[in-house]
Order: sequence, then C-alpha cells, then structure tokens
Amino acid sequence: MLSSVRTLWYTFLHLFQRNVTVPYPEQMPYLAPRTRGRIILSRDPDGEERCVSCYLCAVACPVDCISLQKTEDEGRWYPEFFRINFSRCIFCGFCEEACPTYAIQLTPDFEMSEYIRQNLVYEKEDLLISGTGKYPDYSFYRVAGLAIPGKDKGEAEGERKPIDIRSLMP
Amino acid sequence: MTNFLVDGKPCSGKPDENLLQACLAAGLDLPYFCWHPSLGSVGACRQCAVKQYANEDDKTGHMVMACMTPVTEGARYSLEDPQAAAFRASVIEWLMINHPHDCPVCEEGGECHLQDMTMMTGHAYRSYRFTKRTHRNQNLGPFIKHEMNRCIACYRCTRFYRDYAGGRDLDVFAAHDHVYFGRHEDGTLESEFSGNLVEICPTGVFTDKTFSARYARKWDMRGAPSVCTGCGLGCNTTVNERAGEVRRIVNRYNGSVNGYFLCDRGRFGYGFVNAPERIRMPLVRGADGKQTAVSHEDAISHFAAMLGAGGRIIGIGSPRASLESNFALRTLVGAENFYLGFSAHEGRMLSLIANILSSRALHIPSLRDVEHADTVLVLGSDLPNAAPRAALAVRQAVRGAAFELATKANIPHWQDGGVRTVAGEALSPLFVATPATTRLDDIAHTALRAAPADIARLGFAVAACIDPAAPAVAGLSADLAAQARMIADALLAAERPLIISGVEAGEISMIQAAANIALALRARQKSVALMLNVPECNSLGLALMTNGQTNFEAALATPAALVIVLENELSRRTGNMAIDAALSAARLVVLDHSESPTTQRAELVLPAASFAESGGTLVSSEGRAQRFYQPIFTENDIGAAWRWLSDACRAAENNECEGWSTEDDIVAALADALPCFSALPDTAPSEDFRVAGCKIPSEPHRFSGRTAMHAGRNVREPKPPVSADSPFSTTMEGYYGGEVPPALLPFFWAPSWNSVQSVNKFQTEIGGALAGGDPGVRLLEARTEAALAYYTGVPESFAPRPDMWLAVMLPRVFGDEEQSARAAPIRERMTPPLLALNDKDAAMIDATAGQLLECEMDGELQSLVLEIQPKLPRGVAGVAGLAAKAHAMPAWIRITKAEPGTP
Repeated sequence: MLSSVRTLWYTFLHLFQRNVTVPYPEQMPYLAPRTRGRIILSRDPDGEERCVSCYLCAVACPVDCISLQKTEDEGRWYPEFFRINFSRCIFCGFCEEACPTYAIQLTPDFEMSEYIRQNLVYEKEDLLISGTGKYPDYSFYRVAGLAIPGKDKGEAEGERKPIDIRSLMP
Repeated sequence: MTNFLVDGKPCSGKPDENLLQACLAAGLDLPYFCWHPSLGSVGACRQCAVKQYANEDDKTGHMVMACMTPVTEGARYSLEDPQAAAFRASVIEWLMINHPHDCPVCEEGGECHLQDMTMMTGHAYRSYRFTKRTHRNQNLGPFIKHEMNRCIACYRCTRFYRDYAGGRDLDVFAAHDHVYFGRHEDGTLESEFSGNLVEICPTGVFTDKTFSARYARKWDMRGAPSVCTGCGLGCNTTVNERAGEVRRIVNRYNGSVNGYFLCDRGRFGYGFVNAPERIRMPLVRGADGKQTAVSHEDAISHFAAMLGAGGRIIGIGSPRASLESNFALRTLVGAENFYLGFSAHEGRMLSLIANILSSRALHIPSLRDVEHADTVLVLGSDLPNAAPRAALAVRQAVRGAAFELATKANIPHWQDGGVRTVAGEALSPLFVATPATTRLDDIAHTALRAAPADIARLGFAVAACIDPAAPAVAGLSADLAAQARMIADALLAAERPLIISGVEAGEISMIQAAANIALALRARQKSVALMLNVPECNSLGLALMTNGQTNFEAALATPAALVIVLENELSRRTGNMAIDAALSAARLVVLDHSESPTTQRAELVLPAASFAESGGTLVSSEGRAQRFYQPIFTENDIGAAWRWLSDACRAAENNECEGWSTEDDIVAALADALPCFSALPDTAPSEDFRVAGCKIPSEPHRFSGRTAMHAGRNVREPKPPVSADSPFSTTMEGYYGGEVPPALLPFFWAPSWNSVQSVNKFQTEIGGALAGGDPGVRLLEARTEAALAYYTGVPESFAPRPDMWLAVMLPRVFGDEEQSARAAPIRERMTPPLLALNDKDAAMIDATAGQLLECEMDGELQSLVLEIQPKLPRGVAGVAGLAAKAHAMPAWIRITKAEPGTP
C-alpha cells in the first residue's frame, strides 16, 4: 500500500521536471563523437585511403558482416572492395578497436533505415569519407616500414637510413 | 626412451633427440626460431632457453639452450622458472627492436611464427626508444616477395637454401646487426625450391608473391587436403580457397612423402584453376560449326543421344585425371574400348614400369626412404627438373656419410654445426648418368655423360658385375666397364642402395637396366630400393589399370563412331596428322577443365573439374594411392568428370554405373573390378566418417565475412554448399583437433600456434610420421616371395649417324607440365625452346650459341635456339622446353641453320 502511494507520488513529481524526449526529427539530439552509429572509412591527412586491407576488422566482427579484398599499388595496400552488410551489423565497434590504422570508425549517425534490405549493403564508395574522422593526425605509412611512393625505406618515423650492405664500417 | 622431468612433470623423449624436440613432442610450448626439424640446431637465436638442475637439491640451476641440449636420463629442467621466462622475453625484445611493426600490411600476419613466439613469451610493451635500422629489398622474381626490414637474423633461409637445397644464389651479407639475406644483386632466385623460404622464414621476409596478388589471411581461407598434380611424386599439399578462387598452395606435411618441403612447380603452378581459359559451361557444336554453351541437362541428353547412336565407342583416359574418372570412362565404354591416353612410346615405358613395380619383387622407396639411402645411382633421370622433390631427397641421402662421421665422433645428428664441421665435404656416393648435365652433379661422386643407349648398357653392365647371372653386355668399352665395376662395388658396399630411373630420357632399356641392377642387388641379399619416375600425377595409376592396350594410337587406327576423351590434350600424345586422320570421321566428346586444341575440335565439351573442384584418388610413382579433396564449390556446371560420365551413362540407360552417387561408391566399384586397387578404400576415411557426430570443418574457426561476402549479389545469405563426397563440412562448423585423421587435415593450427610450425602438434615425434600414420596407402608393397626375371634386351651401343642427331628430351622444371604451364608466374620462369649440342657438333654445322636452328620433328618444322653444352655426348641433341612434342622423342633429326630473317 505504502509502496503504491510512494510510486504515485514520484510519478506526480515528474510533472514538474524538464522533458528528456525531444520532437525528433525536427529537433536533433546531441550525440557524443564516441557514439557507435554508421561505420565509415576515413582518409589519412594526405587524403589517401587509410584502410590497408589487413582484414582485422573482418575477423573481429562477431556477426561476420565485413568482407574485403586486398590489392596493392606500388607497395601500398588498399581494399579492392570493402563491403559492410548493415542488415547484420550490431554496431559493437569491435571493428574500430581492431583497426590498426584508424581507418574504420563508427560515427554518431544512426539514421540508416531502409525499406529494401539490399540497400543496407554498403560498398567502399558508400563508406569512404573525404576526411580523417576522429583522428586527424595519424598516418599509418608514416610509421610503418613499408616503402610507398613518396616515402622510401628509412624515411618513416623512428627509422635510420637503409644499410649499405657493402660497407665495412661498423 | 629417455625419461626426464620438466617442471616436476615426468616426460620422455628419444635418446637421439634434443631437449627442444622432446619438449615439443611432449606437447609443451617452448618458443624457438633457428631450429627446424629438417635443418637441425645451431643455437643461434637463444630463444629456447630453459633451466637445467644438477639434482633434486639444486634449486638455482643454470640456463641451457634446449635445442643444443641432449636429453639425458633423469635430468631436471624447468620451462616456467622465472629467470628462464624472463630471459626468453628479453631475447624476443632484442629481436623485435628493429622489427618494423607492419603486421597489418604483411602477408605473414596471422600465421607468423614471430607473432606466435612474441605472444608466447609475453613481450607486449616496447621499451626501446631509439631508431630502427632499415634495409632495401630486392626483386627476387615472380615467386618470392622480399621485405628485409622484418628479418630477425635466424639464418633459417640460408641454411635451407644453401645447406639443405643446394642453392648458391641466396646468402648472407654484411655483419653484426647489418646482416642481410638476399642475392648479390636483384634477380630471380634460381633454386626450384625457393618457395619453401615462405614457410621456412619465421617472419615475413620471404612471402608468396603469387598469393599476395590475391591475398587473404590464413583464417579466411577454406583448406582442403590435396595432392600435387605437378609430377608423379604425389607430394601432399593444402589448397587454400576463398570466394571461389584458389588463393595459394602450401605444403601439407606427410612424413613419408614430402615432409616439410615442396618444389616451386607444385607450389606456384595452381594458376590454371583461376585462368580465363577455363571451361565453365558445357559446349555443343551447332549447325554453324561454332561451340555454344548449353545447360547441364541439354549436355547430358546430347551426350546420351551420341552414346545411343550406335557404332564403336572408344574412350581415351588420362594420366592427369583421377582413378575415379578414368574408371568411370572405362566402365562406360567397356574395358576393351578403353585406351590409356599415353603416347605410344611413353605407353610402352609406363607399361614396363607397371610390370616391374606390380611384380612386387622390388621395394619402391618413399621419399623418406630416399633420404636414408646410403648409395644412390641415378640412371638417365634429370631429377631436379623432372621430379624436383626427389632431387631434394637425394641431396639429403648423400649427407649420410656426414652423419656416419658424426656418429663416430659422438656428435648427435641434430647438432648441425658440429656435424658439418666434423664431416667437411664428406658425401655418400651418388652416381649420376644422364645425357646432359644435371643440378645434382655438384654432389655426385661421378657424373657420367652418355647417350641413352650407352647409359642403359652401363646399367646392364653394373647388374652383370653385381650378379653374374644377370645378362652380360657384349663389346663394352674399357672405360664403361671400369665405371660399371666401380658403381657395382659401391652399390655392393652399401647397406641401403637406391637405384633411380625414369621415363624422361625416353629409353626403355634404361628402365630395364635399372630393374636388373635392383634385381641383382636383391639376389645378393641387399635391401635395395628401386624408384622409377613417371611424368604425371596419375601415370602409374593409369598404367596399373592397363588391359594390354596401352596407347590410343592403336585405338585411332581402326575407325570409331564416337571418341570420348577424358582430360587429355591429344596433340601432346601423338602427331597432329594422326589425330586429324582418326578424328575426321568420328564424333568427339571431350571432358576437360581448360581450353585446348582437342576441346576446340570436339562436338561436345563438358566442363570437367580440376584438382580444386572435385575429389579423387591419384597413384604416385611410389605406388601410393592418395586422396585429394575439393576446396572450391562452384555454382556453375563444373563437375568431376566421373559424375558427367555416370550421368550420361544413366541417361543412355546403361546400368553399368548404377549406384554411383558418391566417390566412395565408385572407389568401391574400382576396388572390386581391379584386384591391384583392392586396398583403395583404405586410402582415406569414407564420406560418412564423423568425430563425435561432427564433420570436419574446412574453414578455420575464425573465418570472416560470412554474412557479407555474397551480399553484393544478394543480401540473403545462400545456403552453404554440401560436400557430397567427403566428410568435410564446407563451413567452420564441425570438429577440428587431435582426433582428425591425418588424411583429412584441412589446415594446421593449434592454440598459440597459428603458423605452419603448428604441424609439431600433429606429429607422433617431431619430424616423424603424423599422428595416426602418414596419409595414403602403398599399393605395391614388395613381397619376399615375389620374383622377376632379368631383362635381357641389352641395346646396341650408341652409334652417331652422319648429319643426323638423336633428339633427346631434356626436362625443364617450369613449363614441361601441361597444367602448371598455364599459370602466369610459371610462364615467367619458362625459357624459350632450345636445342643443345656438343661444341664439336655445333662447330661441324658451323653454328654458334644463340643461333636459331631448325629441325623437323613430328612432321613439323621447329625453330630452336642453339645452346652449346660441351658435356653432351656427340651425336646427341638435347631438346628442352618442347614438352608438347615429347611424344616424338627420342628421334633422329636433321638440323639446319635457320635462314636469316625467319622469326
């Protein structure tokens, strides 16, 4: 009895509190950048694709909804195709955590309903954005030891010049 | 067995093992780098450090390297000792100082021994703050990618390439932390075993370039146990597939056959499976003369109508098709109308080989037996080109003398540095007698160059020296007689002599001579082994199916109404004129996987499966029947040839093939029909084999992209295909672990061991047989009571003819085999056809090296580049790179210089 009255009282008090619901979609709620919504592929500060097609997002995905194929251009790896089946995606963010290059990122956008399920299959051109996303400065190839056009061996961060194997100097 | 304690737990190992091997065999996880079961220990990397205690009271102990420590009875060791564990973690930290941390863009990532060992030692954080040394890479040709920054200087690559495989062009340069593993300059790695660097290298310095082009991680690919179709040796492979494409071929360990290594033809020759010239739809020639694609049903009814049209129907089998497919054709057309599909000459040789081997009088060695032979005679076979993996085994056999010296000096055989120091240049006797130089000459005691007939005479003479009852050779030159005496003495002094010959030189009496030597040694109570090389993956299996008619030329001589050709390119077997004459009146059905001149002239072409789209059984030159399984499940009409044939058989209301619904049914029918194949059903577990009610998964448990890889076409996921012929599930579902029979291992993986080194976990002893026995069934095991009479057809000695040369085929590792020659990386390694002549012969026709020569062969004019080989016997012309015309050799040819201006 006492508990019912108490419940009624608290419900009554709520009449005098501010609304938390908003008239969506006229008014958009604030979502923090860390919100796990639509997945994008970002570019590095030089404007090149960040994804190096390492397959780690695909293997981390618990619902196996990421599929890609590696290809290569003068030493630089990138995906020939990159496909996310959002009709399967559970927005867990494991792909983002697995990504060694900050390429795959989850964004606060969640408005991706479709009447036709096939339209939830996103290809690389649907996923790739033109910016760096949440990590403006990072570029994998500036750190990794692979030589790519414009960055020779020994020119990555923390690398010495290549060894001259014919030299007798210590 | 030696008993010892590791962390208080009793373990046992073989007395000739080192502690590392014993620990791994006991199932313990002890990190290592520089040790390899086939290469032995050098103690270079210091990774396998453990504590050894003097006795029960010793609590301090001292550090030893497990790979350099022989196991001693009652010894006490500790892996878990904190000091040892910390030592191993620091070793990894040192090794990782200069490692570029580019695992995401490394082909080795996910199956990397360095990654595994780093995880195993627990080195997770980097405290080194300074710069890394870097190296420039080299272009090592179409097979191998080089990324030197990743090197941890374990020296495994050069130890394999130089010490084990006899290569000369990969070495270590510079000193201290500058060491560099590569060639003296950019260029293709010459050794035909370079592909093994991919698996030998514990990190990603050497990776598979062909695989990198269509790359997928190890966990993302379906695996299927397969058998190499590159030559007759039957090396075991694993075929990796993703999205309907063969991505790569890796070695599948088989302790009795290929062990840890494959040759490059087998590893990189898979491209034809994915090639555009594959036949993917049935084709019927319409009224307009063009072949058009038709549906499966139409093709079957067309085939059935052709079968029902009456007249004589003949079937031509194939040495590169499975036993099942050949047997299905034989059943369809009847045994009397089934021809084996060898060229006339090759058919005679293979029938002789089948007779010798199925007499069961002589032991046929496995490649493991070859490695343990102590005196080897190679009669006419260019092993490194024709059967490369056997050449690698012979290379190990000649090290027997070194191991003997090591035993005398009390050095264990795994102590690689010690054995090499004490043995120096000591090699067991190897005699090579071939027309041209071979890449085994560098380790041969004597390398003889002679014409094929003279090599055969030498062989007969050796047999006569060993056993006087063997037919003697009349009129032998004093030189050859002395050589024969020397070889005979060496073979008699040996404990495990081995005779190797084969069909490559095209001399039938050479095979007879080899058999005679083996029989003579057997008569002298030697445990001799005879290895006879056959050219294709199922040559011996097909030859064993013989019914006396060994070649199809005889079949074509009498007109037939319908000719059914199974996976065979006829112009590689006989002259085009003979084919034209025979087929002009006949209707032609061809079952094959790739377009060829034969399929182009067919009325009906059926898309037969390659080794990757069907299962089957092949018989290797060892007489070992081995089963291969299907990695690719396609939605198109490609199907096993035996399925096409039995479907047509049923449609034509012929009840011979009744009850054939799975491969097991047809194998059972084959075992019933032909007694020599009675053991065939034991080759591998049957289709209904299950472990605890589960199938064997063909995909690793981390397989990714299941719900996305087909979503581009349709978001609704297709039902996974079902493997009708094997106990494999086509998905990751099922049981994978220690109870999987070795013939069914789709990939090697064990917890903490993602790399190929995980094979340790599947062996009874490290480097020995797989747990459960090495796969395959030896059909032709020797019997003591079996007998075979000496062959008496000693040939006349070779007599050069004026203005003519005896064209002899010189095999080439890349390009000679029909299927692998369609693969782009193999094509890059092929050399243009050449004609080799002795320098004096070349001077006689006034030709110089590199000049274009012409000769008529098989009714066609061939243009060949002259190569001068001073060692070649006079009167003999070696023809290389012209395997398609192998059926026309040996033959006497006239050689003319090409007119200037002709292409």
